[in-house]
Amino acid sequence: MINERNLPILATLLVFILLYGYGVYEYKGFRDTLVFSNLLTDNAFLIITAIGMTFVILSGGIDLSVGSMIAFVGVLMAYLISTAGIHPLFAIAIALLVGVAFGTLMGIIIAFFEIQAFIVTLAGMFLFRGLAYLINLDAVPISHPFITGLSDVYLPLPGRGGLTFIAMAMLVLLIIGILIARRTRFGMSVYALGGDSHSAALLGVPVKKTVIKIYALSGFYSAMSGVIFAIYTGSAYPLAAVGVELDAIAAVVIGGTLLTGGVGYVFGTFLGGMIQGIIQTLITFDGSLNSWWTKLAVGGLLLFFILLQKGIVMWVKKRSAA
Amino acid sequence: MKKNHFLHKHQKTLAPLLSLVLIILITASVTPGFLSIQVVDGHLFGSLVDILHRGTPTALVALGMAVVIGTRGIDLSVGAVIAISGAVTAVLTVNTDWPVWLVIMCALGVGMLCGLWNGILVSVFSIQPIVATLILMVAGRGIAQMITEGQIVTFHSEVLDAIGNGYFLAFPIRVWIAIGMIILTLVVMRKTALGLFIEAVGANVRASRLVGIEARLLVMSAYVFSGLCAALSGIILAADIRGADANNAGLWLELDAILAVVLAGASLAGGRIYLLLTIVGVLIIQTLTTAILTSGLPAQYNLVVKATIILAVLLIQSPKTRQWVSGFFLKKQKAVKGSTTP
Amino acid sequence: MSYLIKATSVVEEAQGAPRPLLEINHLSKSFTGVQALNGVSLQVQSGEIRALLGENGAGKSTLIKVLTGVYPRDSGEIVLDGRLMSASDSGHAQRLGISTVYQEVNLIPTMSVMENLTLQHQEKTFGLISWKKAEIRARELLAQVGLDIDPLRQLDTYSIAIQQLVAIARALSTQAKMLILDEPTASLDSDEIQQLFALMRRLKAEGLGIIFVTHFLDQVYSITDSITVLRNGECVGTFQTAELTRSELVSHMVGKSLEDLTPTAHDHSIQRERADLLQLNNVGKQRYLQPLDLRIAAGEIVGVAGLLGSGRTELCELAYGSVKADQGDVTLGKHSLTKSSLRRAIQVGMGYCPEDRKQDGIVAELSVRENMILALQASRGWWSPISMAEQQHLVEDMIQRLAIKTSDMDKPIGELSGGNQQKVILARWLITHPALLILDEPTRGIDIGAHHEIIHIIKELCEQGMGLLVASSELEELVLFAHRVVVMKDHQKIAELHGEDVSEQAILRQIAS
Repeated sequence: MINERNLPILATLLVFILLYGYGVYEYKGFRDTLVFSNLLTDNAFLIITAIGMTFVILSGGIDLSVGSMIAFVGVLMAYLISTAGIHPLFAIAIALLVGVAFGTLMGIIIAFFEIQAFIVTLAGMFLFRGLAYLINLDAVPISHPFITGLSDVYLPLPGRGGLTFIAMAMLVLLIIGILIARRTRFGMSVYALGGDSHSAALLGVPVKKTVIKIYALSGFYSAMSGVIFAIYTGSAYPLAAVGVELDAIAAVVIGGTLLTGGVGYVFGTFLGGMIQGIIQTLITFDGSLNSWWTKLAVGGLLLFFILLQKGIVMWVKKRSAA
Repeated sequence: MKKNHFLHKHQKTLAPLLSLVLIILITASVTPGFLSIQVVDGHLFGSLVDILHRGTPTALVALGMAVVIGTRGIDLSVGAVIAISGAVTAVLTVNTDWPVWLVIMCALGVGMLCGLWNGILVSVFSIQPIVATLILMVAGRGIAQMITEGQIVTFHSEVLDAIGNGYFLAFPIRVWIAIGMIILTLVVMRKTALGLFIEAVGANVRASRLVGIEARLLVMSAYVFSGLCAALSGIILAADIRGADANNAGLWLELDAILAVVLAGASLAGGRIYLLLTIVGVLIIQTLTTAILTSGLPAQYNLVVKATIILAVLLIQSPKTRQWVSGFFLKKQKAVKGSTTP
Repeated sequence: MSYLIKATSVVEEAQGAPRPLLEINHLSKSFTGVQALNGVSLQVQSGEIRALLGENGAGKSTLIKVLTGVYPRDSGEIVLDGRLMSASDSGHAQRLGISTVYQEVNLIPTMSVMENLTLQHQEKTFGLISWKKAEIRARELLAQVGLDIDPLRQLDTYSIAIQQLVAIARALSTQAKMLILDEPTASLDSDEIQQLFALMRRLKAEGLGIIFVTHFLDQVYSITDSITVLRNGECVGTFQTAELTRSELVSHMVGKSLEDLTPTAHDHSIQRERADLLQLNNVGKQRYLQPLDLRIAAGEIVGVAGLLGSGRTELCELAYGSVKADQGDVTLGKHSLTKSSLRRAIQVGMGYCPEDRKQDGIVAELSVRENMILALQASRGWWSPISMAEQQHLVEDMIQRLAIKTSDMDKPIGELSGGNQQKVILARWLITHPALLILDEPTRGIDIGAHHEIIHIIKELCEQGMGLLVASSELEELVLFAHRVVVMKDHQKIAELHGEDVSEQAILRQIAS
């Protein structure tokens, strides 16, 4: 089923294979499964955030609050575990609930007051970062046998690599995301909203309900990402994950999703996140390149994919008019 | 009657102004000495002067943002442009012996180029403004780091020092620069037809095209102007710390700028541009920040307060809210009418 | 009103008065002061194809939107299959048995045909959508409308005609009793229309009631059983298609019957020796307007008549240049405007009041003054602003001359009434002293008083030597002032009436031919 709409995700796949192939060809170390499993672990929190963002962007919206949400959830978790002495499992549950509640709230404001998602989530971004500061100003370690136990879960792969708990959690959330997007009515409503919200309403899609659910889901995924990030770093810091919203948006777009909504795949977002990770790894392997090349490369890819999408849209329009 | 009419007409103008006065008065009552101004060596010192001093970079960026939002656009890349122009200023000052004015011109030129890039993406390729300017927002800091080669480049220049922290006629020089820029913009916008055209294009691009307005060129120049303003702000910020920090210069300034424009009563859906009210918006934000700092509250309240204010303003501005409120009153009126006529 | 009673009784006799499938009784709906529907009643039997006809603003789309629950109604009742109906939204109306297919295909272009067909009705296995079942269902539905296409491909990779049929397939998927087709043929070619008609006949045989909105009279006569005509929000009447002649139908639509018309006293003659001001030579655009010639002299008013969708607006747009013709030349005076920008056209004396005042005319947020000087300022350029004193002088002058009712000139134009907005747009162009003014439906949606004033202004401008091209759906009005009338039909110029020939009868005859 090759048609013009699948072109971006094919391009994503191609970029992924080319970059990975280049790494394998150029550096010996790249050939080990360790590099791949490290990519999964190191980019888990970014990919999880980006999966939630995929739904938002597919519906034609945007969520700028995810980075702050990660920091806020982390700090909240640390507070609940270390200061309040709650068991990590409950702390995680509470943190996730809070994330979903804030997401829902933003969704309600967007749906019922008809204010642009961009500015509402911008306010959310300030709010969550501020709340994180209110709980705690400094980095605090999260030390609890349960958390360290999670960090020790390890499923070895052939070679030196292996799946950590974090990587496995990410993969499970990825599969759930793919199922929600392609195999539920809610998922289809998200695509319909992004394709043409006016028509979607006439076709009987419950627009407001869907919008609220979308931001709640994004809240869940970014809160989940906050939990994973806290486990990954073993600490919580109110200044954590600054700018992750941009990386997540970039992952979604490089993953082949149309920024105006309606077209894209959750799996593409996974590839988009991995591509960013590979670029970073390649730059580390090279040693002579500086870190800013990551930003430039991601910016360049972003431009490439936006122009590709624009070109496809214009081409389709021209053809259907002729 | 006449007074009522005046109030009605200037309702929009009054709200931000009153808020500013209110915030200043409340802060003054909480922190003694907030309103006091000392004269040292013919320079003015005090919290109010400090607010002006710190507010200049945001004010400049907000000025450009107001024009861009007037065209129904948005410019997310201003923070990155600040970093780039700061980097250019620093690197050229350190590595060349070019005169300062040439260095400044180069930095401003680079900012305008960045704006041109955004403008071309928006008006030639018709990519939505949020998306188009996002590219430079992501890549811009990378460019700035490339220029400074990842270092925080410090420099020394008397002229730049003066721009950053010098005084002229009792006020900080950078405040004079900002005032100059504001007046210049006001003159260009209101003494030519440019302001009218931008507002017309922002409010109804189809009708504007039909009366022969070149919408594309206009939108493009709005982004170039925004780039120029951001670059100027970048130079001031670099001069302030006598160095260029590609990572942190102007971080989140785009958000403050957008907030200021929205506080001024402009709609993100284009239309009216309120330049002076935008500056009032900037002063509100800066006063809040300074007030929280001087009132002894922890600095972290700043973000929460800002977020709450944005949300409140948005909800009040939302046509939906007005609809609901007026619907509520209408029902009440009807109910009253119904009860009087059996 | 007498029409209505007579007409419905005819239908009932003919059908032996079975219980109607759809019954609409005294339906009314108004929007902030404008009465869009006023006591409309009609009945549709099962197995009947009913044409719903009327000009823009007659109330067709409002009626459909009230039927499908998009708008709430003010009063009246809708009975479907004997049950009182009150749909709260489009999805609800579908479940109750009324499905609608709109002209601008209301499907999701970015989703596949299968996804579009099954949206909100997907079958599930173990709580997840089964795409296997969905594909089977989609193929069934497509077969029902006689389409053999790949349901897995993206909807917008297919032509509009196929998309239209997919929309009908979807409409039928929800056990529809009533099918409303809102101008489905606008973008179809003749083969595709025959395909659609065959489908409609089959559905009719299956007992569906169909309401068919179109502006092609040929189609009305080839497919429908009966016709309901709306005019100004009121039901003019319901007629058996076989018993109504074309000229009778057209006269019902435009609100004049041939016998009623007495020749008007207006002098249509004009000295033809005057030099041509506007010349259109073989101007046309593919799929938009058939090439045509047109000449307008100074001091001459040329009317453009025709039903909705006949090409009235298209002619105005090509003449003005807001849509560029792909063949032919446009000349104004000595200036060729074929490739010029709009600004250049305005500078050499062109002016244009568009049909859609809200979308294309006013800039609602800006003041009356700013709206009025916009065209003049644009033609002068941004660097040479009109001084405030000059602006005030110009605007005050116009407010007086056109009797524009506004408390002050700095009021946002959006707060003015429709008639006054139209006068401001007119003033916008008068300020530029155009040689030629193009007016598309200058009197639509404004009250009677303003209507007369605008017609008066048009005549006055003509006497001052301006050339005017006026498109209107009101024949009565065209005949009042036009020296010549161009009659449009199916995006073609089919006739040009001069002097003594300009009469409502003559125009009606041409349209109905």
